[in-house]
Amino acid sequence: MNCNKAIKEISGYLDGDLDEALKHTLEAHLTYCNHCHAVYDSTRKTIDLYCDGKLFSLPEDVHTRLHEALKRKMQEHA
Amino acid sequence: MTELPQAILASSEGHLVSEAKAGNYSAFEELVNRYEKKIYRLGMNITGNREDAEDVLQDAFLKAFEHLPDFREDSRFYTWIVRIAVNEALMKLRKRRNSRELPMEDSEDDNGEVVVREFADWKPNPEQQYAQAELERILQQGVNSLPPGFRTVFYLRDVEGLSTEETAELLELSVGAVKARLFRARLRLREELSKIFKRG
Ligand SMILES: [Zn+2]
Repeated sequence: MNCNKAIKEISGYLDGDLDEALKHTLEAHLTYCNHCHAVYDSTRKTIDLYCDGKLFSLPEDVHTRLHEALKRKMQEHA
Repeated sequence: MTELPQAILASSEGHLVSEAKAGNYSAFEELVNRYEKKIYRLGMNITGNREDAEDVLQDAFLKAFEHLPDFREDSRFYTWIVRIAVNEALMKLRKRRNSRELPMEDSEDDNGEVVVREFADWKPNPEQQYAQAELERILQQGVNSLPPGFRTVFYLRDVEGLSTEETAELLELSVGAVKARLFRARLRLREELSKIFKRG
């Protein structure tokens, strides 16, 4: 397996999508190839950073304006 | 904020939807309370700025309220509101696009190569080396560097944790297209962040 092929499979590997044979070939490559291992590791960290629920938290004033707008809408319908 | 009755706070989503359809506005408010954080984050991820994210948030819930009679209770409210919000967010982007905005899709959409230039290891724990606001800015910049079609897939799969199949259905894409976009989105984000987080 060369590096181009390995990098193509990293995303699927992270999702557990690869069949056993391909998974083993990729894991072997990641063991000895520093470059691809760094790509694998930083891709994993990238996903971790974004799925952390603390990011882009809802500002209090945005919450307030949403509920005010909703109240107005509900009054129109009432 | 008004206090909602305890019975409503403890209700299942399905029950809240039935109540809201029957005209119980407190039940609808509770649905908003449950999902407003997620929908705001969706708006931030897809549109890339606070003003648009706020518009997406308001428009999505106001439209949901208006169209509640059309909502079929055999599907999840959450999926429905996400679909409405994704549409709102993409519409925002299309309006802005005429100028010098990014194209909706990459020209390399389904069979292009992803060029990897950064091979360095990252410094450990980047999230601990930056203040929260600075980290948010860095991550926002990363998302903004992706074409919207890729941001949306990345958001639904990796931020919201929807399955490939759910994402495909929601965006009316094939499973293969979702996987291909996710692969590119992840590698491009990684490339952007590597410029900042790499060692040395
Ligand atoms: Zn390699």
